[in-house]
Amino acid sequence: MAKLRDIAKVCKSKNAGPFEVTIDVMFETKEIYDKVVASGVFNEQLFARLYGVDAKDVLYTPYPAALALKGTIPRRISSGDVGDTDVYGAQQHAPLLDVEIPL
Amino acid sequence: MPQPKECRLLSVSSILGYGFPEASLEAGLEREPHYIGVDGGSTDPGAYYLGSGECLNSRKAMKRDLRLMLLGGVPRKIPIVIGTCGGAGSEPHLQEVVQIAREIARADGLKFRMALIHADQERSAVQTWLNDGRISALRNVPELTEAIVARSTKIVAMMGAEPFMRALDGGADVVFAARASDAASWAACAMRMGMPPAPSWYAGKMLECGTATATPKGHDCLMGTVRQGHVEVEPMNRARRCTPLSVATHGLHENASPTLHEEPGGLLDATDCEFTPVSDRAVQVSGMRWKTRPYDVKLEGAEFIGYRAITICGTRDPLLISQIDSYLQSVRDDVAARASNFGVSPEKYHLVFHVYGKDGVMGAAEPVKQFASHELGIVVEVLCPEEEDAKAVLAIARVVIPKIDFPGRLCKSGNMAFPFSPSDISVGPTYKFSVFHVVKTDDPYAMFPIEYEQVQ
Repeated sequence: MAKLRDIAKVCKSKNAGPFEVTIDVMFETKEIYDKVVASGVFNEQLFARLYGVDAKDVLYTPYPAALALKGTIPRRISSGDVGDTDVYGAQQHAPLLDVEIPL
Repeated sequence: MPQPKECRLLSVSSILGYGFPEASLEAGLEREPHYIGVDGGSTDPGAYYLGSGECLNSRKAMKRDLRLMLLGGVPRKIPIVIGTCGGAGSEPHLQEVVQIAREIARADGLKFRMALIHADQERSAVQTWLNDGRISALRNVPELTEAIVARSTKIVAMMGAEPFMRALDGGADVVFAARASDAASWAACAMRMGMPPAPSWYAGKMLECGTATATPKGHDCLMGTVRQGHVEVEPMNRARRCTPLSVATHGLHENASPTLHEEPGGLLDATDCEFTPVSDRAVQVSGMRWKTRPYDVKLEGAEFIGYRAITICGTRDPLLISQIDSYLQSVRDDVAARASNFGVSPEKYHLVFHVYGKDGVMGAAEPVKQFASHELGIVVEVLCPEEEDAKAVLAIARVVIPKIDFPGRLCKSGNMAFPFSPSDISVGPTYKFSVFHVVKTDDPYAMFPIEYEQVQ
C-alpha cells in the first residue's frame, strides 16, 4: 500500500466555475499512473465519499496525456456565497493525500 | 487571394493587468503575428466584480499592459483583440478599459478604429427567455427562477467567436469585448483567416492563459500558430519552454473535464489530441475535433447578498479550545439576545465563525474531526442587508466573544487576542453568483451589440 502523497507529483484543487471544484492528481511516470488507474481506487465513488457529495454529481476523467486523474465535484456553497471558506477552491485537495493505493 | 497557410496569434499574458516582460512582447513582434491579444477576466475571483462593476486589476497595471500592446500593434497594423475587459466583462468594466485606451492614444499620439462589443443583458429579456423555456442550468447549478433573475444586480452573456469576427470585418484595429468565452477572441482571429474551427478553438484554449501552458508557468507571452490540422505553441521568453506534458497539463486548468470543452456553437473535443515536440521549446498539438451544436450562450449574473463586516481574533487557551463548539454557540446566543435589543434580530443577519486551526479551510467538508492545535484563529463574519446593521452586529460580537464565560474559565480578562485596533473591518457590499446558465439562441450576434469609435 502507498499513500497518494508519496507517489503523486501534483495534487491540487481549483474552481471550475463558481459551482464546482476540480481536483487534479498527476504522476511522474506512466508506470505509476497506469498502476494507480489499474488499482481501481479512483472513480466517482472515491470523490463522493471523501467530499460527502453524491456520486452522480461527480465528473471523473482519467487523462493519460498529462498522466493525470481529474475529479470535479459540486460545491456545498458556491464561490463567495455566505459561509464559503475558499473563494478560489484552491485548498480542497487534502483528503486525497491519505488515500491508500495497492501497488 | 491565396489562403494564408497559417495564423500566428500572440497572447501577451493571462489577464490584462497581470503583466508580462517587455522583451517577450518584442520577441513576439519579431515573429510578425497576425493578431495580438489578451484575455481580460475570469469568474474565479468571485461575483464581487460583476456585481459591483469594479475592475479586478488596478488601472495602473491595465494601462501599462495595454499601452505596450497598442504601441506594438497599432503602428504595425496588427489588430488587437481583448476579451472580458476589466475582469467580469460588464459595461462599467468595458468602459473603464476603453477609457484607458483613449488616454493612451492621446498621450502617445496613436490613431486607431476601435470596436466595443457589449454583453450586458436586461433582466426583462432574461425573464422572457426563461418563460420561453430557452434557459437551462449547467451541471451542479440550481435551476433558474424568476425570483433569482429579479434579484440579480447584473447579468452578462458570454459571447462566442462571431461578434469578434464581425467587429474585425467592420474594420476595427482594436476590439474591446465585454464578457466573452476565454477562447473566443482567438478562435475568431484564426477562423477569419480560413483556419478550421477545431484548431482555432483549441489555440484559444491554449492562449487564454498566457504561458500557463509552459514550464515554468507564469504571466508571459505565448505564440500560438494555427494551421489546417494542428496548433503550435511556443513561449516568447527564452526562460520558459513548452513541453508535451506542460501543454497537455493545461487541459486540466479550471475545467471540469480535461478534454471536453463546451463553447458557444459547439463542443471542442481534445480526447485524441497528440502532443509532439517540434523543438526544445515548442509543441505541436493535433487530433482535436470540433462538433457543431445548436447555439447556446452562457449567462452570468451576480446577486447582492448583503454588507459584510468582519473581525479577526485568536485564542491560545487550551480550556477554551477544548470546548470551542459549545463556546461559539454561547457567543451566538448572546449576540442574538443583545442584537435583538437594538432591533436586529437573528433572522436579519448571518453570523459565521471561520475557525482556523479547526475547519476554517474546508468548513463542513473537513474530514478531520479531532484536531490538536494549541491556538485557533477566528474570523467573525456578519452579513446584513443594511450596512449599519452589519457593523452593529459585528461590534456586539466583538464585545461578546472575549468576555463571555465558559466552564472552567481561568482567562477572566479576555478570551481572545485581537491583533488590530480598530478591530472591526467593514468590507462593504458583497455578491454571489446567481445566474450561471445557458440560453438557446439562433443568433450569435443579437445579444452583443457592436459600436465603433475612431480614436486619435
